[in-house]
Amino acid sequence: MTLTMFIQHFFNALTLGSLYALIAIGYTMVYGILRLINFAHGDVFMLGAYFIFYTGTIFHLPWIVGVILAIILTSFCGVIVERAAYRPLRDAPRISALISSIGVSFFIENLAIVVFTGIPKPVVRPDWLVKIIQIRGVRILPLAIAVPIMCFVLVAGLLFIVYKTKPGLAMRAISKDIETTRLMGVSVNKIISLTFGLGSALAAAGGIMWALRYPQIQPLMGLIPGLKAFIAAVLGGIGSIQGAVVGGLLLGFIEIMIVAFFPGLSGYKDAFAFILLIVILLIKPTGLMGEKIEEKV
Amino acid sequence: MMASKLRNQILTLLAIAALGVFLWWANTNLDGYKIQILNLIAINAILAVSLNLIYGFTGMFSLGHAGFMCVGAYVSSLLILPQLQKDAIFILEPMARPIYAAHAPFIVAVLLGGLVASLFGLFIALPVLRLGGDYLGIATLGFGEIIRVFANNLVPITNGALGLKGIPAYANLWWNYGFMVFTFYFIWRIVNSNFGNALKAIRDDEVAARAMGINTYKYRVISFTVGAFFAGIGGALLASLLTTIDPKMFLFVMTFQVLMIVVTGGLGSITGSILGSFIIVALLEWLRFVENPMNILGFEIPGVPGMRMVIFSLSLVLIIIFRREGVMGMREFTWDGLFSRFSKRGEA
Repeated sequence: MTLTMFIQHFFNALTLGSLYALIAIGYTMVYGILRLINFAHGDVFMLGAYFIFYTGTIFHLPWIVGVILAIILTSFCGVIVERAAYRPLRDAPRISALISSIGVSFFIENLAIVVFTGIPKPVVRPDWLVKIIQIRGVRILPLAIAVPIMCFVLVAGLLFIVYKTKPGLAMRAISKDIETTRLMGVSVNKIISLTFGLGSALAAAGGIMWALRYPQIQPLMGLIPGLKAFIAAVLGGIGSIQGAVVGGLLLGFIEIMIVAFFPGLSGYKDAFAFILLIVILLIKPTGLMGEKIEEKV
Repeated sequence: MMASKLRNQILTLLAIAALGVFLWWANTNLDGYKIQILNLIAINAILAVSLNLIYGFTGMFSLGHAGFMCVGAYVSSLLILPQLQKDAIFILEPMARPIYAAHAPFIVAVLLGGLVASLFGLFIALPVLRLGGDYLGIATLGFGEIIRVFANNLVPITNGALGLKGIPAYANLWWNYGFMVFTFYFIWRIVNSNFGNALKAIRDDEVAARAMGINTYKYRVISFTVGAFFAGIGGALLASLLTTIDPKMFLFVMTFQVLMIVVTGGLGSITGSILGSFIIVALLEWLRFVENPMNILGFEIPGVPGMRMVIFSLSLVLIIIFRREGVMGMREFTWDGLFSRFSKRGEA
């Protein structure tokens, strides 16, 4: 493998890893607070991609307005999902909320098939993002540089919210002990809504960038990326935002690099993530950066 | 006490006889579509009961059911496919010789499908069951997906993404309901034995169970393996019923459907799982009417394709929110329960 090819693969891996990271953050935040695997998160990601398609193709809004509108609409959807399907089950056994999230996932997918139709749709991409630039023979899409930078900015913004603001403090408090936090006068429901809103906004950003990178969108596009991102969250240590970023990047690099070095294995690409997951779970069940949970008797 | 035991045995035999008469009647009087629905109810009941053993009775959150079904389906299909048909469908790559030559009668093929699935289950259980809770669910989901990816890529054995076509349709009402009764009886005996008490103890509080001297790891592995065996049998029957299989069928969505049936019927209730299978399969078929054009009060409403699944998934969410313990909860339908209900009414 030549150096130029390696650099191209490196940027591909960085792009894919950043996208996994953005989706993984939504899983990890919800799990950290509610101990719930939000299976509908991948479908929220899909909604983000469709909103950017509709604002651009049907309503002909300027691209940047479309992006902002898509992010707002998607995070609104995320909040509604929590409100309608998870809040009534807050005090129920955890499996109920989990199954509810599977049901919501089915519901969003099937509704999307009815409303958007199952035919894949092409997303319009702004020229400046897809005009290939050449630096010493290395051919790179500007997108492959823009996506990791955007991802970095968004994660930095999120970390600022979580670690430097009052609502962020409340989020961290809820993840430790929801009842005590309520007694401290925190409006728990509002903070949980905020968590879902933030997670869905990042998923929307991920969905938009995914649609730019792979410009064919269809209603089931959230399934596999959602599952992989979830694995990324577990790899990094579920509940930890930094862990989700590390897990996402790790997964992106492994997927791209194994196929790059061993093209014969490309058919098994989807299995790498799961094999890696099982190996990590067996060695360190709480993930790379997860906190150890003591079993109380 | 003895009398009621004898009475229950007689009633059970009568119920099986009644099922037999019903099947005989259905076989001669119902059309193919309705028979297909009855078949699906039986197979889904087998799958649901086996998942219930793993999750409802032992408390192991397993999402790998589709993987075991996949193994069972492929093993049994490859054994019953005639060689002519094998020649016809393996067009990508020639088939591996030993598998080309292998052939077995239907019942042996189904049981072997279950057996190989249970070997996979054992192989997965040994490392993974050291995990607990959500992590176990994620790891089993991962194994299910790995099995599917391998089924997609081991072309000389599985014919890859093209799948297997023209599988002989041996799985009629008699086989499916026969296996359902067998599964029901086997798992009923397990959960109502001392072994089953240990499983329930593990489900309710694993630490306490260990403190009582139960080797929880061993019990969990056995329960998981038995569950995988019946999942393999369910997959084998499904393959012969549908006559075509491909790896995409066994996406993790399949596991979720079985999980939905278990939860609808009631986690920890075997009779509930059978009832849940009936409810879910019947609901799915009944909902087909929404996709046909309708005439309401003189207005012509065009059918919306795909609407059926929207309503189906929405009703599942509503079931979970408003009746989360399912239809039966953890109760079972028993003859004693039936009689005590009647006698109480008589006294009052």
